[in-house]
Amino acid sequence: MAEELRKMEAAAGVADVATHPAPDQPLLRIEGVAKTFGTFRAVDGVSLDIRAGEFFALLGPSGCGKTTLLRMLAGFEAPDEGRILLGGKDIAHALPHERPINMMFQSYALFPHLSVRDNIAFGPKRAGMGRADIDTRVAEMMALVKLEGLEKRKPDQLSGGQRQRVALARALARRPQLLLLDEPLAALDKKLRESTQGELMELQRRLGTTFIIVTHDQEEAMTMASRIGVMNAGKLAQVASPRELYEAPRSRWIAEFVGDVNLFDGEFKLRDGHRLVIATRDAGTLVVAEPREPTDGTRLSVAIRPEKVKLSRLGPVSEAGHETAINRLDGMVADICYLGGSTVYKVKLDTGGIVQASVANSARLDADAYSLNQHVVAWFTPDDCVVLPP
Amino acid sequence: MRKRSRLSHFNIASLALGLGFLYLPILILVIYSFNASRLVTVWGGWSLRWYHEFFGDRAMIEAAWMSLKVAASSASIATLLGTLAAVALSRGERFGGRTLFSGMLYAPLVMPEVITGLSLLLLFVALNAERGFWTVTIAHTTLTMCFVAVVVQSRLGSLDRSLEEAAMDLGCDPVRAFVAVTLPLIAPAIIAGWMLAFTLSLDDLVIASFTTGPGSATLPIRIYSEVRLGVKPEINAICTLVIGLIAIVIVIASLASKLSSAQGESAAPL
Repeated sequence: MAEELRKMEAAAGVADVATHPAPDQPLLRIEGVAKTFGTFRAVDGVSLDIRAGEFFALLGPSGCGKTTLLRMLAGFEAPDEGRILLGGKDIAHALPHERPINMMFQSYALFPHLSVRDNIAFGPKRAGMGRADIDTRVAEMMALVKLEGLEKRKPDQLSGGQRQRVALARALARRPQLLLLDEPLAALDKKLRESTQGELMELQRRLGTTFIIVTHDQEEAMTMASRIGVMNAGKLAQVASPRELYEAPRSRWIAEFVGDVNLFDGEFKLRDGHRLVIATRDAGTLVVAEPREPTDGTRLSVAIRPEKVKLSRLGPVSEAGHETAINRLDGMVADICYLGGSTVYKVKLDTGGIVQASVANSARLDADAYSLNQHVVAWFTPDDCVVLPP
Repeated sequence: MRKRSRLSHFNIASLALGLGFLYLPILILVIYSFNASRLVTVWGGWSLRWYHEFFGDRAMIEAAWMSLKVAASSASIATLLGTLAAVALSRGERFGGRTLFSGMLYAPLVMPEVITGLSLLLLFVALNAERGFWTVTIAHTTLTMCFVAVVVQSRLGSLDRSLEEAAMDLGCDPVRAFVAVTLPLIAPAIIAGWMLAFTLSLDDLVIASFTTGPGSATLPIRIYSEVRLGVKPEINAICTLVIGLIAIVIVIASLASKLSSAQGESAAPL
């Protein structure tokens, strides 16, 4: 009986693989991919799974290898090592036109000698679609990116935002399984970029196409992507959801690259239940919630985001017995940076260090705002701290 | 304000001097081609006499026809080869000896024509090739190919590489991507290269006189041998015709290149 069941399962499994990849198999699997230019290792052993329908962002500073990785997915560079599996098939060495992947270029790369219509029709025409089908597809794409009526224009007769839309429509016109976007919004001004971010997300949800976007703008990545892969020096430093990346960065470098952070170097002293007591060099003794034991030695860093640091004139009223539950740092306001929605105070601590606190400007007329050289108490809970390797 | 206007007077003067230095001799030549007098330096009133004389001069007409044939065929071959060389140099994979190859391609630009002519003559003699139309055409091709390559390569260099990549991404193999996207965009440069090659070939005296054979003299050779016996007013008429031809060709070329960039859509073989 059990034997029969196993046979049936096996048969079902085989049939499943034959029609489409197993449900738990990712759409794209990157396995140990590396690329070297001369002596420079641009991409250094990257492995990554991307599920169908995902909006994934590759984030990193310029020169980190994110664009090279994207170009290997598109087929413009061949990896020196590793495999790229799309739906279970290795495409690492397939030519660009043999892949069901399309790319939107940073420069848009619109064909200047062709009209908007012919730019969008370029892909479908190459795919051997009939004239009527191409016309339908072009009309559909023009409606999708809201460009109706501009079919006859040449790229140089369009605004930057319109060009960006044509590039997007052209890349989507072949209905790719995977759309690669190389810094798609870098050339737009801030307001247009923000509205376009929303439209891109809406579009991705509607089409269900898998998007991989390359960007150096962490806000852009966090706004749009469901998962972010942070790259540094050719390696994937962390792959996580935007929230996890921000609240639980894996290294000092990631904590500093994604958002602002206060970092205090120190030494692990003792464990108190779920808490570690850490003697820092310039912020006194800090208590940090961390269930794990520090692994490499006693040296470590404590990271705390500026918006999690609270300021007050007298410090929190802590109940007796919970005194160690709050980190309390005395200091003086050394710098005030008004940003509109919030104000960043730099507090010079009596222990020598500087801590940044970001305070939301929740009232228009704030009689309680701190002034320069005022004595304040900066405080935060152990739960808001993250322990990182030094 | 005063300073600027004084500067502009200076500019006008230098422009006039420069243009005068370049074009006054040509203008005088054109005017004297309509001279009725037999003496080149004496003005004898307006006349088309020397144009009549030229069209009656069989040897001259034959030389002119030979020059046009050589110029058209060598320009066409040079455009083909030069374009291919430019594409290979700017688009191909980085191959070994690439720098050497591009250096060698551009050598004829700075090589004294006497050396190019002499070396080609030695080659043709060694190959025992009969000297005539084809040897001159081949010699002019080697001379003008590098000019075409320079013009086309500079256009390719200014072209966004991602245009070709976009074409490949959208389903073209590398060859079709080149034909559908790159070729229409570099067409003006190719046309300009052809024109340049054509006029260079029409101009050339030194290389042609090394590589030509009996009965296949080009127009410059013919004119030069006539002038050695004394300048006839007929030469002025021929030169005026050549200047007119070159001017027409250049105007057509610039119009064509303007047209091809404006109407690239219909020119693109999609």
